[in-house]
Amino acid sequence: MSTRLAKGGRLLDRSKPLNFTFNGTPLRGFQGDTLASALLGSGRTLLGRSFKYHRPRGLVASGVEEPNVLVNLGRNARLEPDQRATTTELFEGAEASSQNHWPSLDFDIGEINDKIGKLFPAGFYYKTFMAPKWAWKHLFEPVIRQAAGLGAAPKEADPDRYEQTYAFCDVLVAGGGVAGLAAALAEAKAGKRVMVMEQTAFWGGRAPVDGGIIDGLAPDEWVRNAIETLEKMENVQLFTRTMVSGLYNHGYVIGYQRVADHTPGDGRPRHRLWRIRAGLVITATGALERPLAFAGNDVPGVMLASAVRDYVVNWAVSPGDRVVIVTNNDDAYRTALAVLDAGLSVPVVIDARDSVTGALPMAVKARGVRVLEGRGIAKVLGRKAVTGVEICAQAGEGGVIETVACDCVAMSGGWSPVVHLFSHVGGKLIWDEAGAMFRPDATRPPIKADGTALARAVGAANGALTLDALCAEAGLAAQVEPEAPLAPVWVMPAGAKEALKFKAFLDYQNDVKVSDVQLAAREGYTSVEHTKRYTTLGMASDQGKLSNINGLAILSDALGQAIPQTGTTTFRPPYTPISFGAVAAEAKGEIFQPLRRTPMHGWHEAKGAHWEPVGLWRRPYCYPRAGESHRDAVNREITNTRTNVGLLDASTLGKIVVKGPDAGRFLDMLYTGMMSTLPVGKCRYGIMCNENGFLMDDGVVVRLSEDSWLCHTTSGGAEHIHAWMEDWLQCEWWDWKVYTANLTEQYAQVAVVGPKARMVLEKLGGMDVSKEALPFMSLAEGTLGGFPARVFRISFSGELSYEIAVPANMGLAFWEALNAAGAEFGAMPYGTEALHVMRAEKGFIMIGDETDGTVIPQDLNLGWAISKKKDDYLGKRAQARVEMARPDRWRLVGLETIDGTVLPDGVYAVAEGHNANGQRNTQGRVTSTYWSPTLKKGIAMGLVVNGPERMGEVLDFPGDGGVVHKVKIVDPCFYDKEGEKANV
Amino acid sequence: MLTFTCPYCGVVAEESELTGGGEAHLKRFGPGSSDAEFEAYLFTRKNPKGVHFERWRHAYGCGKWFLAARDTNTLEVFGTYPAQTTEPPADLIAAIKNKRPGWEGWK
Amino acid sequence: MRRYSMFAVAREALRYHAGWERAWRSPEPKKRYDVVVVGAGGHGLATAYYLGKVHGITNVAVIEKGWLGGGNTGRNTTIIRSNYLQDASAAIFEKALQLYEGLSQDLNYNVMFSPRGLLMLAQSEHEMRGYKRTVYANALQGVQTEWISRERVKELVPIINLDGPRYPVLGALYQERGGTARHDAVAWGYARGCSAMGMDIIQQCEVTGIRTVNGKVQGIDTTKGAIDCGKLAMVVAGHSGVLAEMAGFRLPLESVALQAWVSEPIKPVIDVVVMANLVHCYISQSDKGELVLGGGIDHCNNFTQRGSWYTLEETTRALVETYPVVSRLKMLRQWGGIVDITGDHSPIISKAPVEGIFVDCGWGTGGFKAIPGSGWAMAELVAKGHSPLAEGFGLNRFREGRFIDESVAAGVAH
Repeated sequence: MSTRLAKGGRLLDRSKPLNFTFNGTPLRGFQGDTLASALLGSGRTLLGRSFKYHRPRGLVASGVEEPNVLVNLGRNARLEPDQRATTTELFEGAEASSQNHWPSLDFDIGEINDKIGKLFPAGFYYKTFMAPKWAWKHLFEPVIRQAAGLGAAPKEADPDRYEQTYAFCDVLVAGGGVAGLAAALAEAKAGKRVMVMEQTAFWGGRAPVDGGIIDGLAPDEWVRNAIETLEKMENVQLFTRTMVSGLYNHGYVIGYQRVADHTPGDGRPRHRLWRIRAGLVITATGALERPLAFAGNDVPGVMLASAVRDYVVNWAVSPGDRVVIVTNNDDAYRTALAVLDAGLSVPVVIDARDSVTGALPMAVKARGVRVLEGRGIAKVLGRKAVTGVEICAQAGEGGVIETVACDCVAMSGGWSPVVHLFSHVGGKLIWDEAGAMFRPDATRPPIKADGTALARAVGAANGALTLDALCAEAGLAAQVEPEAPLAPVWVMPAGAKEALKFKAFLDYQNDVKVSDVQLAAREGYTSVEHTKRYTTLGMASDQGKLSNINGLAILSDALGQAIPQTGTTTFRPPYTPISFGAVAAEAKGEIFQPLRRTPMHGWHEAKGAHWEPVGLWRRPYCYPRAGESHRDAVNREITNTRTNVGLLDASTLGKIVVKGPDAGRFLDMLYTGMMSTLPVGKCRYGIMCNENGFLMDDGVVVRLSEDSWLCHTTSGGAEHIHAWMEDWLQCEWWDWKVYTANLTEQYAQVAVVGPKARMVLEKLGGMDVSKEALPFMSLAEGTLGGFPARVFRISFSGELSYEIAVPANMGLAFWEALNAAGAEFGAMPYGTEALHVMRAEKGFIMIGDETDGTVIPQDLNLGWAISKKKDDYLGKRAQARVEMARPDRWRLVGLETIDGTVLPDGVYAVAEGHNANGQRNTQGRVTSTYWSPTLKKGIAMGLVVNGPERMGEVLDFPGDGGVVHKVKIVDPCFYDKEGEKANV
Repeated sequence: MLTFTCPYCGVVAEESELTGGGEAHLKRFGPGSSDAEFEAYLFTRKNPKGVHFERWRHAYGCGKWFLAARDTNTLEVFGTYPAQTTEPPADLIAAIKNKRPGWEGWK
Repeated sequence: MRRYSMFAVAREALRYHAGWERAWRSPEPKKRYDVVVVGAGGHGLATAYYLGKVHGITNVAVIEKGWLGGGNTGRNTTIIRSNYLQDASAAIFEKALQLYEGLSQDLNYNVMFSPRGLLMLAQSEHEMRGYKRTVYANALQGVQTEWISRERVKELVPIINLDGPRYPVLGALYQERGGTARHDAVAWGYARGCSAMGMDIIQQCEVTGIRTVNGKVQGIDTTKGAIDCGKLAMVVAGHSGVLAEMAGFRLPLESVALQAWVSEPIKPVIDVVVMANLVHCYISQSDKGELVLGGGIDHCNNFTQRGSWYTLEETTRALVETYPVVSRLKMLRQWGGIVDITGDHSPIISKAPVEGIFVDCGWGTGGFKAIPGSGWAMAELVAKGHSPLAEGFGLNRFREGRFIDESVAAGVAH
């Protein structure tokens, strides 16, 4: 059984005990503990259940690679599932609970999956659950879904804060071990701007636990000196608890700082995401120890050898009184020494190598420990905790030679460099035969924009696994016991029978075993990606940190090919999971996508406007009064506008000034109509098409002076149209002398609409707005009620109408002045829906309603707005194509239901018969449909095959619930066909 | 997150400051062109797995369109240049050929 | 082919599953095939499968330069729906959905088609009108879909925040039959089916040339030697342009990156698939418990299968805004695929300018859901020279200006 040792623990502060709970039981740890070390120190070894078989599981590792002990941490809105105990710093009051079991961790019904596990080999679900056909949806899948997943999601919105920050540096060092710090020192001394990020709370990496002498100092001391030096340098920034999570294109790097995970509720942001541009990333990310694949290697108490010594040395935790070591390399003997130094016993070291002669094994032997050569573990005894191991010949099939009682097994299959960051953006790896590992190929690094290297690996991450190799690379002196070569061991014993391989785990969390990989190979899933996906090897939340290389080796063996020929799966960010909260950071709620506001926005809000999102703007849909429905409000606004006067905040309309000697020529290319001939002071409706000929935007163009035009665009189109203009000016007609400026936000614009509109303006005074002085489709500039104003006599409603632009900073005052002046004439504001209905009553098209990106102007009977005199305009060539010239295109008409009701939005007119795919033939569709309070009936516009030539015909529009609307084709202009009202 | 040096303002611009505009050096065909020419102008793209000449606008910076040569397979940027040209500058072509001896050219 | 079943698994369990045969053979190529399909992704394999199953053409090879299913088939977010707006799209995606509904049984391979319902949120008046239009269009196309209220949305998606301050949810387009399937299994199941009919699936074999005589295809050269064929079907997504170049024609395609990412596995929180097109994010939860997340495409040509961080970040913001509990979950893995996009964002299933060559490509962001329908149509086109399902998707439409534009109803092509 595991326990806390009375002495030691280099990271512990025993003067600061911390209380926490696990599955509701109060437990105790110390400052400096991880949740994992505190649990282990409290005698807890059964800490989780596996994903598929629900096998009892305990800690395997001491760091980021831990696959088993993921807990629910916290509660309610602060609940976090799948939190890795080994990377969770203990804090006072931490509440943790184990996951994926029912009814309890100790007694889990799901364990039945293990008992009948032979029925569930890799990919069994592809071969089963197919009959009866309904059963997958209604029976099997629901059961599987409930059983799958690990932790529980919180049910409330996250109350914590997250933030992001930017940084730029010459060199980013990922990893604060000896290799990383040495690299940081070298780069910093060379004058580079250096950032160093270490994922844990402590500097130094493995060296302080593993021992040796660096430049004459003990590792702890060397690290302390290095940090002191770096801290004093102004060109260096040091970060602990900060993981470099991913490398991205052109040297973009994401760092993930866990600011307050260990001090929850202290007001600081929980996580901070660093978005870094680095000139060079030095990956000093160390290496991860590999497990060995023997039967029962997942029983709680079987751990990585390095983890065992981490727990003993760093946290004074004994993982067991009797620790059996099983290894294929010398490094694991350090664990034996650490265990012995802590006063625990090592009954036996089982070494798979035939001959063990290294300095470390000799030192262990000298302490009286039995070292077995050429031996392996046939099987681990025990279920919820290790009780012993059965020892066999490594070369054999698993015949038991002896059984040794123990309560902990420390295993080591060698080490794999952490090559993730190097690989994220295309860095290549090479297979190192001697070390049996993939390591970065310095000749094929990931590259930056200029093609030079983005990353360089150092230390263990570069395959320099021993302290002397690492120090040699960094130019430091080192003293450390030499290590003899390892012997690759992928399965233990080498000839393990099926029954053993069936319990030899590769991917702990996903319960992938040696037998599964071999099955995949046998069935033809021979690509490494196939095997991964078929068996789920490496797809668990540790992303294969423990299992990938072992799995690859077993696959290669099964296929009879070399490991590099098999290759690896792709390393993808993040290195370990990062919170979505940190990725989203502050951009939520009101500032998720910041709102664009007109100068009158606040006024609308105060008047209780019902909003409609329009691009990033928000416009009043209507202004409902107390007791009014939206529909009532819209009807009132329309009726009032048509009988008195209405005010519309039109500030969102795009306003682009086009100026220069070639401006007219340019606009003639942009618009289908002729704009160069427009007299100064006059307005003209214009439409723009894209090069595909489709209608893109429309609006009124005004000639302000001899060389400048003002182009109004739709509210949603202003930025796009401005960019469109610039594209043509800069990239096609760059010799034309034209300037453009998007003045949309520089002006507030108000439409004053209705029979009494002129009276309101006259009341404001300052300009002659009479018919004679300012006729329809013309412009006047002057002062209205003291406001400098540009007044356009244009109408989108069919009424007498003025659109008035004033400087944006005067927009609100002007709007208020208009409301005040209009009060006696019954002026009311109206919203976008009233605008839409009134334009539909007039038969005016609306971009986005009558157009949808597939409609050409000719479809909308807008031939009058297309100049016949021009050789060219954008879209003209496209409109000459076969499809555009077809005689049976759908064209714009008005539509009226026979019974006067409102047609539903989006309905289609059916034609006889069905097409070759069995779909009902259609001959038209509705594009806009409204209740007209003016005409007291439903009105609509639509596109119908040859529509304008079919006036009076009645079509069938199937609606909801079997209702077929009988609809007559009529003229699209329903109101004031002669246009008398606007022109008064 | 790609970066390009804007040839107008000199800023090393992030991809998020830019808007992409697709293949560069397309010749516009208008009225009078054949169906095939017009189709090629609007739709047919080289889409190479390799050196690609493309358009970018420094939309959230100086507002200028510029052109770039970039390898779509390695993302290496060989250079950027102003949009007011009908073909890539000779020194850029030479630089690319130097780095990609097997490259068949930009046409 | 030995049939898969619960009983077969139980039988094999007695001998540690030693008796399973290869799911598909891995032969050397023959000298000649009636049809060579280039590309062993979902679309290519489905094309071969229906050539055999429906048209009796089994002297077929499927050539793959990497590993089968290794392109976008294995990299997408597995969403399946058929409620497209335009007739041609609705027809082929509905055919695909119908085939998906029986695919596990047809292939005797559980592709885990899971019709758990799919929602497309409306967050503006414009989107709402667009989706209502889709409902009426779909009704006439024989595609089941419906408009549902925001209250119903909340019932189906308890974790949604309907009243985010920015874009409140107004309702949704809902297809109850939509859902997801296990993407790899679709490729593997088709491959097994093809192999069982005697077709040759040849992996690690790259096409190096296309041989034509008098404007007619004769065969291909590959890294495993020359192969003659009567007809050649190119089904290679982003590499279509490269292959077309070999045969002397060009395609209206551009290849861009599309990213996806998953959370760590958690217990079920969302049963349906939800797409929010205004803010551009979609979400579902896999049977394993991971939230499967995605958004929009990157905007430059790219063959690296890596997108840009900011695209992912924008989408994650939309996700956190729409589903606040996501904030406290963790991103496990992100990846990218290369999607091939045409001028109207709709696919191409067409005869090529060279006699005997057919192309199926340009599926953009919507390829996975189309696999069975695409394969069905392509097989029919190859076998008979004509397919009603492929009719609208011909290459000639770009010249004629006859587009199939799905973006018109506020939707996206996913």
